Amino acid sequence: MMKDFEYFAPKTVEEALSLLFQYKGEAKIIAGGQSILVVMRQGLLALENVVDIKGITALDYITYDEKEGLRIGALTTHRAIEKSSIIQKHFRVLSEMEGNLATIQTRNWGTIGGNLCHGDPAGDPAPVLIALEAKLKLKSLSGERIIAMGEFSKDMLEVDLEPDEMLIEIQVPAKRPHTGIAQEKLMVMQGDAGIVGAAVSITLKPGDGICEDARVVLSNAASVPLRVKEAEKRLIGKVINYQSLVEASEVASAEADPPSDIHASEEYRREMLKVFVRRASATALERAKTG
Amino acid sequence: MKGEPKELKIKVNGKFFELRVRPKALLSDVLRKDLKLTGTKRGCLESTCGVCTVILDGKAVRSCSVLALQANGHEVTTIEGLAEEDKLHPIQEAFIKHGAIECGFCIPGRVMMAKALLDENPNPTREEVRLAMQGILCADSGYVKQIEAVEIAAEKMRGGE
Repeated sequence: MMKDFEYFAPKTVEEALSLLFQYKGEAKIIAGGQSILVVMRQGLLALENVVDIKGITALDYITYDEKEGLRIGALTTHRAIEKSSIIQKHFRVLSEMEGNLATIQTRNWGTIGGNLCHGDPAGDPAPVLIALEAKLKLKSLSGERIIAMGEFSKDMLEVDLEPDEMLIEIQVPAKRPHTGIAQEKLMVMQGDAGIVGAAVSITLKPGDGICEDARVVLSNAASVPLRVKEAEKRLIGKVINYQSLVEASEVASAEADPPSDIHASEEYRREMLKVFVRRASATALERAKTG
Repeated sequence: MKGEPKELKIKVNGKFFELRVRPKALLSDVLRKDLKLTGTKRGCLESTCGVCTVILDGKAVRSCSVLALQANGHEVTTIEGLAEEDKLHPIQEAFIKHGAIECGFCIPGRVMMAKALLDENPNPTREEVRLAMQGILCADSGYVKQIEAVEIAAEKMRGGE
C-alpha cells in the first residue's frame, strides 16, 4: 500500500517553487492527484516529499481575447473547462474532449495541468492541444519559459519539466479562420480512457476549399502523443475528399507505434487508428467548411 | 518527519472537525476510520468503481482518490448527511420505493452522485442522469431502476408529486 511521505500545501506559486528548489529532485508535485494517487496506491511509486498545489487558487482560471487567445490556469479542473461558456463558444473541441475524459467525479477534481504533466500517452488533452498549437508556460525560481505542447512529452510518463519547475498556464492561440478541429477516441464505455484516439485540425483556403494546413495527432499510439506528419501531407494542398481521408488515416496508422496490452493488441489498435483518424478528419473538415 | 500527522480542519455533514491525519490518509480513510462514517463504502481503491463518491464543496468526487489533507478547509457531505433526523431525503426515498436498491453496496455513492447532479441541474434529461450514474459501477447491473429513481426524486424535488 501507500508509503508515508512528507506533505506540503503551499498557497502561492512562489511558495511552491521555493519548496521545489529546496528539495531539488526529491519532491513531486501533486495537483488533483487523479492519476498519481492510483499509481502510488498500487505501490508503483513511493514519494519522499509531496508538494500539493491543488490549493493554489490563483492558477484556476480561463480567459480569452481575440488577440491573446485562450489562457487556462494549470489548476483548472477538467469539469470547469468542459462547462466554460468561453471554451464552448471558441474551442468546442476542448469542451467535447473534457466531457469524455473520465467520469464526472474524476473531472471534478482532476486538473488540466496535472493531466499534461503526468505525461500519459493515452491522455486526451495533449493531442487536442497539439492540434490547437498550444504552448505551455513553465516557471521556476530562476524564471519562466514557454514550450510548444508538441515538444513537452519526452517518453512514456516523462515530460520536459525540470525538478524545480512547474506548469503554470496553457496558452492556445485564437482560432484561425476556416479551421475545423475534432477529436475522436475508441472507448469501451463513454468516459473511459481511449484505447486509441485522434485529434485533427484542418485549415481550408477560403474560396477554392484547398487544405492549407493540417495537424493529425494520435493518442495511445506510441510512447508520446504522436503527431503524424506524413498523414498530414496527404491532406495538405488538396481538395479533401473521402479518398484522401482514407489515405491519410492509413498512413497515420502506419506511422504509429501502438502498444499491445490488456485493452487491445497492436494490430487492433492499428485498425482502429484508421477508423478514428478518418472520423476525426471528416468532422474537422465539415467544421472547417462552416467556420 | 516523514509521515508525521498534520492538522486537518474539515466540515463534514455540517459539523466542524479538527483532526490530525497522516499525509497518506485518503479522504475515505478519514471519513470511515476517524469519523466512523461508514456509510461511504470503499470498493476498488483504484478510482474505477466510484462507490466511495462523496460531495466535496458541492461536487461529486471519489473519496478514495483525494488525500484527506486536500480537503483541509473544505466541506464534505456523505450519505449520513442527507436525511433530516428520521425523514429521508427524496432521493433515498425514491430509491427505496422504486426498488432501485439491490445489494446496496454502491447505493451510498450513487445517491451522493444523484444529489450532486440534482443540486446542479434540477431537471436533467435521461441522458444526463445516465452519464452521472455511469460514474459508479453496479455489480448487480441494476441501472434501469436507479436511473428511474433519480428521475422520480428529481420530479419530487422540483415540487411535483
